[in-house]
Amino acid sequence: MDLEFDEATLAFREQVREWLAANVPERPLASFNTARGFEQHRAWEAKLADAGYAAVAWPAAYGGRDASLLEWLVFEEEYYAAGAPARVNQNGIFMLAPTLFSHGTEEQRARILPEMARSDRVWAQAWSEPEAGSDIAALRSTATRTEGGWLLSGQKTWSSRAAFADSAFGLFRSEPDSERHKGLTYLMFDLDAEGVQVRPIAQLDGEYGFAEIFLDNVFVPDSDVIGEPNDGWRVAMTTANNERGLSLRSPGRFLASAERLVDLWCREGDPADTALGERVADAWIGARAYQLYTFNTVSRLAEGGELGPESSVNKLYWSHLDVALHETALDLLGPSAELTGESAPDAGRWSSGYLFSLAGPIYGGTDQIQRNIVAERLLGLPRESTASKNRGAT
Amino acid sequence: MRFALSREQLDFSRSIGALLAEADTPGVIRAWGSGKHETGLALWQRLADLGVTALAVPERHGGLGADAVDLVVALDALGYHAVPGPVTESVATVPALLGECGEIDQAASWLPALASGASIATLAASPEAPYALDADIADIRLCVSEGVLYEFDRPSDAPLSSVDVSRRLFAVDSLQRDEVAAVMLAIHRTLPVATLATAAQLLGAGRRLLEESVDYAKQRFQYGKAIGQYQAIKHMLADIATQLELARPLLFGAAVAIDAASPHASRDVSAARVATADAAYQAARAALQVHGAIGYTAEHDIGLWLTRVRALTSAWGTQATHRSRVLGELASSAGRAS
Repeated sequence: MDLEFDEATLAFREQVREWLAANVPERPLASFNTARGFEQHRAWEAKLADAGYAAVAWPAAYGGRDASLLEWLVFEEEYYAAGAPARVNQNGIFMLAPTLFSHGTEEQRARILPEMARSDRVWAQAWSEPEAGSDIAALRSTATRTEGGWLLSGQKTWSSRAAFADSAFGLFRSEPDSERHKGLTYLMFDLDAEGVQVRPIAQLDGEYGFAEIFLDNVFVPDSDVIGEPNDGWRVAMTTANNERGLSLRSPGRFLASAERLVDLWCREGDPADTALGERVADAWIGARAYQLYTFNTVSRLAEGGELGPESSVNKLYWSHLDVALHETALDLLGPSAELTGESAPDAGRWSSGYLFSLAGPIYGGTDQIQRNIVAERLLGLPRESTASKNRGAT
Repeated sequence: MRFALSREQLDFSRSIGALLAEADTPGVIRAWGSGKHETGLALWQRLADLGVTALAVPERHGGLGADAVDLVVALDALGYHAVPGPVTESVATVPALLGECGEIDQAASWLPALASGASIATLAASPEAPYALDADIADIRLCVSEGVLYEFDRPSDAPLSSVDVSRRLFAVDSLQRDEVAAVMLAIHRTLPVATLATAAQLLGAGRRLLEESVDYAKQRFQYGKAIGQYQAIKHMLADIATQLELARPLLFGAAVAIDAASPHASRDVSAARVATADAAYQAARAALQVHGAIGYTAEHDIGLWLTRVRALTSAWGTQATHRSRVLGELASSAGRAS
């Protein structure tokens, strides 16, 4: 058991660090949930892609560099330590791409991945519906067979990035009278296609981080079905595991925030306030724990292990860590904690990070859903005996 | 990097577990607490035969000279089964201290005896550990004060009692003692080993508390269904599982840091201790809540683990001590970097 990086990984880390030091914008970009910021982030992604850093873990043929999981973690550590911009195409790179690797065709991968890597096409997710939140299998949007493809109708909501993105992916009910997880198909569609209406929704911070999508007989060709028709639930589980698990929120992100929190404590903290000091210590300990936990996961995967219900442990942990870390920072900042934007301490990093962290225990499966998964699949506690009858009844 | 246990380490853990599963440790704990040490000492000898007591003893003194990761594997298993006695002191800390000291005359006889199981040691070191555990049965009785190591006489008074019935504590101040050596630097280097050993037992105890709670929640029926079906129970136990799962890599990471003589070893060990104690303590509270009134009785075994966790949480440094150590080291590295 060791925590040593080999020469090649250390060299890769050095190379990434140098590139980021030379290329990360000095002034933070505008938020990608604004029209201006979205295009700034798209340009940044193209720059990353040109240097081969947009999706390091992908095969080189699609714009990656065949990096191992460990190298990817190292990349992430350096990326967040350097304060590089948030990833505008994360729905594509960290959710859709793994699904295409598992269930897509070669034609789909060759067509979709290279332009995703450059963010020439930015992806939104389209999971939730007004009546299908945590209970995603209650979804009602339909895909109806037509010549050469499918016609999509219905409504999706809370679609991250959909306000400005180019395309989206999600599940549709393709067998008219099917129930729950059966009869669903995983489809991709363009947000500017005929019959699509997007209504951006302002989030807690006033920006348009997600949107509603209305679909009215939107044509999608067969080539944009991922996996087999009516097998969408199984295909989507790949995405769900990626969102909860390793790839959406890597430890580097929290470790970088924890290091900044320690710096903030050194600058602004009152050494006599031991209660706050202990919370700073706990935030760093939590980030370090998540880093080491992930190293262990990667070591297990390298030996043929699989990512199972642990991905729910993962998500429960980091979403709470993120909230606690930002709450601690705000409590440290005292009366200036409520300020947002450029004039706020650290250019508003803590206040915007705090609001963002509050979404963590909701998206990708709420805490309550994750706890059910951990309790039932990891601990083996019995399922609730009465709930299933009522599901989807509203 | 390979941050996972080897097959040998997993096998070692399993063989200790198999031995202890047969040993009725609850019975051993209760007997030990009432001063009947025979079954406990016999169990210690069987652990010695398996190599547990030799792990931290250098090879030149008849030990295995094993690394800290192996020690953590063993002590996690001992914590899981709540083995009574001066585990932290005799199995981990005293061998480490004597190994750090260089040449102490007594070491040549003490260390082989510790390795073989012929002797058991105890150690007090103010301010973290002012009382000597099981000094009445320990053959090697040591205390550190102001950077000096002393050997003290076997106490004749009754022990101080602990919330953990098996922990028989002795105040050492009034006992006759003889100076052994100056150990200012050695004790400084050894304290992280005591912290690590405590953390490993806490993790093991926490894992056991969770497992017992899960088993009980499957068997206990109220309002016509297993209480484990209720989300109030499920979610509580899912949170405990998450805390324990994330404390474990900190523990092994700290052991790796000690083995690699990392400059951050003391920080990493304290971080592991904070996380394992928090997780184990929450596991103890949840276990009591899941078991309800039966868990509150001295007849049920769950209380033996609950009280062990409470006792270890303030042994070899409090949570506040260890959090403050983590923050202090982080702040000084941050200061150097800027």
